Amino acid sequence: MDYAATGQEALSRIEGASDLETVEALRVEFLGKQGSISGLLKTLGKLTPDERKVEGPKIHGLRESVTAALAARKQALEDAALEARLAAETIDLSLPAPEMPQGSVHPVSQVMDELAEIFADMGFAVATGPEIEDDWHNFTALNMPESHPARAMHDTFYFPDRDAKDREMVLRTHTSPVQIRTMLSDSAPLRIIAPGRVYRSDSDATHTPMFHQIEALVIDRDIHLGHLKWTLETFLRAFFERDDVVLRLRPSYFPFTEPSVEVDVGYANEGGRRVVGGSGDAPGHAWMEVLGSGMVNRRVIEAGGLDPDEWQGFAFGIGVDRLAMLKYGMDDLRAFFDGDVRWLSHYGFSALDVPTLSGGVGTPA
Amino acid sequence: MKFSLSWLKQYLETEATVEEIAAKLNAVGIEVEGIEDPTEKLAGFRVARVLTAARHPDADKLQVLTVDTGEGDPLQVVCGAPNARAGLVGVLGLPGATVPANGLVLRKSAIRGVESNGMMCSTRELELGEDHDGIIELPEDAPVGTAFAEYHGADPVIEVAITPNRPDCMGLYGIARDLAAAGLGTLQPIEQLDLPGTFPCPVEVRTDDPEGCPAFYGRVVKGVKNGASPQWLQERLKAAGQRPISALVDATNYMMLAYGRPAHAYDLAKLNGAVVARRAKDGETVLALNEKEYTLDSDMTVIADDAGVHDIAGIMGGEHSGCGDDTTDILLEIAYFDPERIAKTGRKLNLTSDARSRFERGIDPAFLDTGLDHLTQLIQTLCGGEASEVVRAGAAPATPKVVHFDPALTEKLGGVRVDLEEQKRILAALGFSVVTEEAGFDKAWAVTVPGWRPDIDGAPDLVEEVVRIHGLDRVESVALPRAEGVAPPTATPVQKLERRVRRAAAARGLHEAVTWSFLPEAEAEAFAEGNGGLWTLSNPISEDMKVMRPSLLPGLLSAAKRNLDRGASSLRLFELGRRYLRGGGGASDERLSLALVLAGDKVARGWVTGKAQPFDAYDAKAEALALLAEAGAPVDKLQVMPVLSEAEGGEAGSQFHPGQSATLRLGPKNVLARFGMLHPRLAQQFDVEGPVALAEIYLDAIPGKKGATTFARSSYSPPALQAVTRDYAFLVPVDLAAGELVRVVRGADKANIVAARLFDDFRGQGVPEGQKSLALEVTLQPLEKSYRDEDLKAIADKVTAAAAKLGAVLRG
Repeated sequence: MDYAATGQEALSRIEGASDLETVEALRVEFLGKQGSISGLLKTLGKLTPDERKVEGPKIHGLRESVTAALAARKQALEDAALEARLAAETIDLSLPAPEMPQGSVHPVSQVMDELAEIFADMGFAVATGPEIEDDWHNFTALNMPESHPARAMHDTFYFPDRDAKDREMVLRTHTSPVQIRTMLSDSAPLRIIAPGRVYRSDSDATHTPMFHQIEALVIDRDIHLGHLKWTLETFLRAFFERDDVVLRLRPSYFPFTEPSVEVDVGYANEGGRRVVGGSGDAPGHAWMEVLGSGMVNRRVIEAGGLDPDEWQGFAFGIGVDRLAMLKYGMDDLRAFFDGDVRWLSHYGFSALDVPTLSGGVGTPA
Repeated sequence: MKFSLSWLKQYLETEATVEEIAAKLNAVGIEVEGIEDPTEKLAGFRVARVLTAARHPDADKLQVLTVDTGEGDPLQVVCGAPNARAGLVGVLGLPGATVPANGLVLRKSAIRGVESNGMMCSTRELELGEDHDGIIELPEDAPVGTAFAEYHGADPVIEVAITPNRPDCMGLYGIARDLAAAGLGTLQPIEQLDLPGTFPCPVEVRTDDPEGCPAFYGRVVKGVKNGASPQWLQERLKAAGQRPISALVDATNYMMLAYGRPAHAYDLAKLNGAVVARRAKDGETVLALNEKEYTLDSDMTVIADDAGVHDIAGIMGGEHSGCGDDTTDILLEIAYFDPERIAKTGRKLNLTSDARSRFERGIDPAFLDTGLDHLTQLIQTLCGGEASEVVRAGAAPATPKVVHFDPALTEKLGGVRVDLEEQKRILAALGFSVVTEEAGFDKAWAVTVPGWRPDIDGAPDLVEEVVRIHGLDRVESVALPRAEGVAPPTATPVQKLERRVRRAAAARGLHEAVTWSFLPEAEAEAFAEGNGGLWTLSNPISEDMKVMRPSLLPGLLSAAKRNLDRGASSLRLFELGRRYLRGGGGASDERLSLALVLAGDKVARGWVTGKAQPFDAYDAKAEALALLAEAGAPVDKLQVMPVLSEAEGGEAGSQFHPGQSATLRLGPKNVLARFGMLHPRLAQQFDVEGPVALAEIYLDAIPGKKGATTFARSSYSPPALQAVTRDYAFLVPVDLAAGELVRVVRGADKANIVAARLFDDFRGQGVPEGQKSLALEVTLQPLEKSYRDEDLKAIADKVTAAAAKLGAVLRG
């Protein structure tokens, strides 16, 4: 028998199938239980072995070619359908993706974390005290008795209240009362920093009635001015991440230290900005006062409950806001306390900018 | 304090330049705030001779001069001064020079068509005087071509800041002494004058208040002629920032600036009877020289005569008895006043003066006779007159202070080794006298403190003297001893908590703000619930900064308003800081909190999300819970409860929308946070538009971790069998809190139920009026073997039974 025509017709119909349903219908028609090619296969059993040898391969050949054609057609149709679906599913990826809000850490917090990191490496622990202080801790214990002219110079905010010991309540004018509190509670030796808010009734372009200070206190048996100088140099070099930070120490006066030292740092004027580094006496450079310090006054050590013949040490206090401005280039202190999201986005830090010594405490621009 | 270099050189013989002097002043602790060098101002001005002067062709009042500048061809200059004439030697400003008086930069120009190459200057134009009637006329032999600054001998002025411990340096002589000690020159001794009077003092001088005024010396000078001071004195005073007034007044000011010694001159004609230092009477008044009237009280010392008060002692003289042009006889007063009394009086009267600032810091009590002699001599030089004998009432405290000083302390405290000889030299140069107390040079010294150094009261002060004169720059840095190994952690638990929560909030998209600790009273009061009383400043800087914040929310709300006013569309702000409450014993109770404000759009309008979506109370809840979780609070144990019941002493929801706010509590009492929508009335008060969601987290209320720090986590054992979920929908009364239902379902079978999550809250069609349908997905975790149908049935029965207790009915 000649199957060629049958095969030709089947292949041509398969080729002409336009959808998967038609392909399936043709499969049933040809290869289903009742299918025409299945019918031909069934005839094989009735043939003689010789006839089977001749007809068998032909029928099997026919079945295979139809099977292959059906599979190929199905694949082609499926591919086409997928192509069509994918084409239909095309989206405009230039459209904006969902936005996540971006938060920030305030520069004051960031710089406080930086300072804590540096001082931790030098063995300083963190101490705190109240901001609403009594005048004994804020003044008297720091060698500023009531009539002391330095008290008047502190531009103190007062409360009408007095505490149970009849001490006048004030807003602390510096972080130094934490020195007294820590000496009284922890005794000696001591190495602490005390960061926090402080207040002066002073308000102009460069002063705000509230600002941030960090106090450092070291009490031990043999601490002298040389240690103070080293600590300041080491900390400022680590903070600004520059080896060329140069300090100028000037004798000064604070009631709570003796001797007292005011510290200037050399800077260059670069494009209207102060950039810390180099000697203030170098060309294009100048000095800028950054902190007050000194050897803790004996009376202060006594007020802290320690024997000044046994213990001595140094203390210094530095403005955190000013350090932040110097390092990160802000020029207006008042903006620190305004909560303007534009400013916070500009000068704030990512939550992931965690200061570490291994990575450098600062966050590059 | 300001002084001119030439004045300093009267007391300090030195060849040092002004720069060297400034550097040394800084080095010894006298901070230089500025140097005014007139040579800079006078750059471009030259001594020049007018060769010819001719009438300007087009202007009657102008002349055309040819001027010899000492080099090149003579320059043509147009000049309007009437005294301009051939032969005159004057000062020519060349093109490019800046006229000091008005900042005008000179340039080559044409004046009425005639070329002019500069300007001949008047004294006023060069800020050398007031004369503007004509151009400066210099002597014939003034060297033509020399820079005028050089010819004029310009005198630089140095401005310094004097620390409050150094009243001696509030007189120029004290500054000279420090510089001399530091090796910058030789100090000229103060001449001991002997000016015996020629007649007995006709005025009785007395101190009836020996506490406030231990010493009161006086003398009369008769027949003085007051008037303007001579030029040299006026210039020194002006350089020091003092306005010259009249010779008599200038003389006392000069004494004060030169030696730090205030004194006073009364017009004798205005005094009646004895002049007495006494306490003021309560309510007594005086018109002071500043033309203000002061009401005095009996804590204040005054100088008075029979008629009344003439001087607020040591602070300011009275207008009535001040010296004027017609004064002919004067009474000079030089007194020692108690520093504390002066300070208190000045504070009470809110009156500052140069005299007060010196007296309250402590002037040299010994400098009475010498001071009076020098003042007398100066007045006689300026105004003539005949001086009486000195009358002395009382005596200044005279016992000199002696400090025991072991010179080894210089190295122990100052960190620098200074030779004993050098230490002695420094102390002596500063006026201390040093006596070795015991045999051997290095034993303790007895150091007598000069009267002008009231600040010295112990050995460390002497270390400071030695070190500052020796040079702080000679102190070498010495490393602090360092513990072996890696630096151990130092942060406190609170510090770690702060850092963690701060960065968590920033990571969640919130901006950290730092706002003022003080608030306007009304804003503080709006948030004062349960504060135990606000802390209100006695002397606020303004009404807006008056009361310490009882909450961080008002400050953030104001910041939010400012941002919205600036056009911000979406705001997420937080602050981490203290709120100020009342503590025990009159102390404050400052509590660490975190507050946040969500305002404007939560989601901006978008192509996917459609219209902009505002923040709601659930956003505040989400932040509060997330941050509490970061802070280590057991958030799965927290209960959502009303903000403040009336039993808790507050009006419920006065800051928050009463129906859209709640607290998160650990147990019934411990409030860890509150959150919700801002009360519309407060929104109005703060002038914020649109819905605002808030949360405040009381970080201090979170219980701390107990026990020692361990790093190993509990062992990991995931269940062997897969969890299954079952959904339940209940009809419940509409006012039942969904959280209650979740809580009881979660607890219905603790062995099997590991989670219950509410996923639907439906009201409306199919749900009876007064009810709502809540649907929960419950997660069951089989432990040893998989659930059989009867197991699941039993669990379901427990769930429905538990829910039924709340009136919940399982929906069919």
